[in-house]
Amino acid sequence: MIHVEKLTKFYGSFCAVDQIDLDISKGEITGLLGPNGAGKTTSLRMLTGYLVPTSGTIRIKGLSLDDDALAVKRLIGYLPESAPLYHNILVYDYLDYIAQVRGLSGRQKIGRIHELVDLCGLSGIMHKNIGELSKGLRQRVGLAHAMMGDPEILILDEPTSGLDPNQIVEIRDIIRAFAREKTIILSTHILSEAEATCDRIVIIDKGKIVADGSTESLKQGAGEERTIHLTLLNADFDAANRALGALDGVSRIERMDTPDSGELRLKIFAGGPDRLRERIYACVKQTDWIMVEFTQETKSLEKIFRDLTREV
Amino acid sequence: MTRTLQIFKKELKDYFVSPIAYIVICIFLLISGWFFFSTFFIFNHANLRNFFNLLPLTYSFVIPAVTMRLFAEEIHSGSYEMLLTLPVKLSDIVLGKFLAGTVFAAIMLAPTLAYAVSISFIGDLDWGPVAGGYIGAVLLGAAYSAVGVFASSLTKNQIVAFITGMVICFALTLFDKVVFFFPPLVVDVFTYIAAGYHFENISKGILDTRDVLYFASMIFAFLYGAHLVMQEKR
Repeated sequence: MIHVEKLTKFYGSFCAVDQIDLDISKGEITGLLGPNGAGKTTSLRMLTGYLVPTSGTIRIKGLSLDDDALAVKRLIGYLPESAPLYHNILVYDYLDYIAQVRGLSGRQKIGRIHELVDLCGLSGIMHKNIGELSKGLRQRVGLAHAMMGDPEILILDEPTSGLDPNQIVEIRDIIRAFAREKTIILSTHILSEAEATCDRIVIIDKGKIVADGSTESLKQGAGEERTIHLTLLNADFDAANRALGALDGVSRIERMDTPDSGELRLKIFAGGPDRLRERIYACVKQTDWIMVEFTQETKSLEKIFRDLTREV
Repeated sequence: MTRTLQIFKKELKDYFVSPIAYIVICIFLLISGWFFFSTFFIFNHANLRNFFNLLPLTYSFVIPAVTMRLFAEEIHSGSYEMLLTLPVKLSDIVLGKFLAGTVFAAIMLAPTLAYAVSISFIGDLDWGPVAGGYIGAVLLGAAYSAVGVFASSLTKNQIVAFITGMVICFALTLFDKVVFFFPPLVVDVFTYIAAGYHFENISKGILDTRDVLYFASMIFAFLYGAHLVMQEKR
């Protein structure tokens, strides 16, 4: 669906996007992650044809932005960061204008506006000035703008930035409702957001792609070292340390509890062979310790993100 | 073309939903009306010559004030990004905005037809120069709108756009009047460039293709300039 090759953008001598290769297939929801200034917005702006790349090619459904700019723009619905809409216009007039520019007219236009009003929950604000709307409502109008032409590709630049948790959920629901059969690219620096919405995550740092894959594969790929939390009653640290420390694969055990809490909380650092949890369980079973908590911590997306994009 | 008209309609409507349009129209009518009628009865001639003589000067600051927001406001607020990523060509945007400016200038001029009508009651008005004057005024308004669109595309600050547009318009208005001390060849060149000179020709009632061609080429040059500037920003 979207094919990007060696995409590069220089602002003067500053390289904002550096030779990005990316292939996005139909129906995928891709999250573009990265710290501020990593080149997310610049990449999206080039995809939508707002910026012209310094070098590299973008093909959308086989069409190039140089030769078929209008055809490509018809395929794409785009919402820039913080929805920069006109201020002195009513919501209805604005949607009507966008529908017209998108080539809709008559009954088709009215029908499409009605659909979007329902989908984005705009019915109460159609006769309000856009300038008077709250940030969340403006974002919803922006989404309606992006979805107006029923585009095959939806590109959203930080659709939830600056919104409160309720609004974030609303926006996420709208995106999900629209998502069926559509290709969506959204940028964000809220990791839980990406994890909740996206099939695939691309992490960008300093204009380069540093990681690309599904959330699971990213976590597994990065998870060489695992941590297991174990809480025992009726046990003392020395004995537990001796018994568990002897297991193959355990590299280190740390005591986490406060001395007189009555329970023994251990943090077991493990590497190497899998199936360690089975052996820990078997080991505990042979004693008269009572196991009250037993969890494995997978490396969180946050940690992956920090590891990949940290300043060295 | 349909896209151009849609953008034109939206931009023109924008003028009239905010108070700017009415304020600018009032200022224009006050200034041109006052300067015209304060000497009208002293000269005691039933014509609009004084009105049209003054028009290039009033247009020089009124039209940039009308057109300053066309691009500058959109670039400043970021809505330009949303506009450009819609399936429209840059030329549609430039033309649509230019037409909105031009039509606004024409709307602004319309009430002054009352001057002509009222003068025709009190004296023997020659309608030829009046018609020429109005045709010239529309062309001049279009040319200055093109200048304004160009000035507005240069910056995201509306005040800068206004001043830039005003400077270019004043220069175009006054070129032929301030270069008399240069060698004749230079004077000829500057006179040809001056919008004031061509407007005077038409407002005498002589509709010469050379003058019409001048305005058409001015409009084209400045709109093309605006197109280039916006293209370069990408």
